[in-house]
Amino acid sequence: MAFLLNCPNCGQRNVYDFRFGGEVLTRPAPDASNEDLTAYLYGRENADGPQREWWNHNLGCRKWFVAVRDTHTNEVIETSWAPDISVPNAEESDGQ
Amino acid sequence: MQLFTHNTMWRRYPLKDRYDVVIIGAGVHGLSTAYYLAKQGVTNVAVIDKGYVGGGASGRNTAIIRANYLTREGVPFFRESLKLYEDLSKELDFNLLFDQSGRLDLGHTDSAVFGLRMRTGVNRLLGVDSQMIGPTEIKKLVPAIDLRRGKNLPVMAALYQSSAGVVRHDAVVWGYGRGADRLGVEIHPFTEVTGIVREGGRVTGVDIGDQRIRADTVMSATAGWSSNIARMVNLTLPLVTHPLQAFVTEPLKPFINRSVSSANLHVYVYQTDRGEVVVGGGVDPYSSYSQRSTLHTLEELAANTLELFPFLRGVNVLRQWAGLCDMSPDYAPIMGEVDGQPGFLLSCGWGTWGFKAGPIGGYTMAELIATGKTPDLIKPFNLRRFAEGKLVNERAAAPAAAVH
Repeated sequence: MAFLLNCPNCGQRNVYDFRFGGEVLTRPAPDASNEDLTAYLYGRENADGPQREWWNHNLGCRKWFVAVRDTHTNEVIETSWAPDISVPNAEESDGQ
Repeated sequence: MQLFTHNTMWRRYPLKDRYDVVIIGAGVHGLSTAYYLAKQGVTNVAVIDKGYVGGGASGRNTAIIRANYLTREGVPFFRESLKLYEDLSKELDFNLLFDQSGRLDLGHTDSAVFGLRMRTGVNRLLGVDSQMIGPTEIKKLVPAIDLRRGKNLPVMAALYQSSAGVVRHDAVVWGYGRGADRLGVEIHPFTEVTGIVREGGRVTGVDIGDQRIRADTVMSATAGWSSNIARMVNLTLPLVTHPLQAFVTEPLKPFINRSVSSANLHVYVYQTDRGEVVVGGGVDPYSSYSQRSTLHTLEELAANTLELFPFLRGVNVLRQWAGLCDMSPDYAPIMGEVDGQPGFLLSCGWGTWGFKAGPIGGYTMAELIATGKTPDLIKPFNLRRFAEGKLVNERAAAPAAAVH
């Protein structure tokens, strides 16, 4: 199902304007164990529900930003520049 | 006398408290596993599905069977699946409308043709009847095609696998379901697994709401929803679920009797026995569990189909749909035991290539469950390959899935 994404710079645009960058991951330290590196490289939460994920406004301002999207319904819960994004389902999340 | 003593494909049973094997997911992989298990004498088996039988990717794929893959792990696996498909109507005593009509993978650029030549070489080495053919031969096999001479992306050559074909996907699911039922397997549709039981360091059963069901072996065959099942045993899989869309037109007079695929145009096309033109493409460019289709993809698929078959302009679209693909990083399945999770088996990572692997996937998983030994054919597909850095890199699995 198609949907609109709210680019923090350009506003609401069709999802096909954007490039999907996958779920937001935390990079492990350089000296991390093989297990942690494998989990980072290949392991994916693949959430069936709210997911914090990267998007690039490919056919617009070409900036990367972060969205929280419910992957079950494709409802976009919020979008923002990366450092300001709240964690999905976190109590302190104030939505949008 | 009752003329029809068996008027449904499978019987309904109350859930028992214990089975030898519980299989989650009543699609082609779950049911073929149950069928081959029962043939080996393991009949105390329940196949459980939260929805109807064959309602996931098994009923939403585009029913194409082929074995023209790229790797030494992938080619023999899909070759053996094709062999099982060849005899499957007889095996299941059920007409699967299997049509071994051949398949062309078109190359429109030098680099695409190079890739097809590489696949042809690997295929012939490993016993798959692929061959490279030029535009004249392509036109003979598919007279309706526009070879695009003098246009952008001309058809330069094709990989032709004559033993590839099309099989009625629902019939495969129903055939395996009926076959398993006749051998004593229980099929439980509309029954959702809500938890997986772990005791003493091993998986010992599943919870269906309040009801606990014990089993020596629990196998997940849930494709697009595999990450949800794996979460029940605190396992994170290297899978991302993407929808894949397809559509079908109104019936036309027969004009093509082979399936044609173009990696450059991200589209594949064939005509069904009813005359409908089936068109599929790559996975959607973002992950999702929504099985709804988009106008954008319909327009894109239609436009690219017209590049090959311009006369289809003006033909009406009947239906468009989407199914979920659990894409793995190396385009190969994830099968077998899971380290640290005794009693739990995976059959996932079926991405865009699961239906064609249905028979051999079930056959090998059944052998693993019945004997406790992993068949050589699926050893390379174990989950531990990611930690060991032994990825399979089956790029030819998804020539149309370029955006993933």
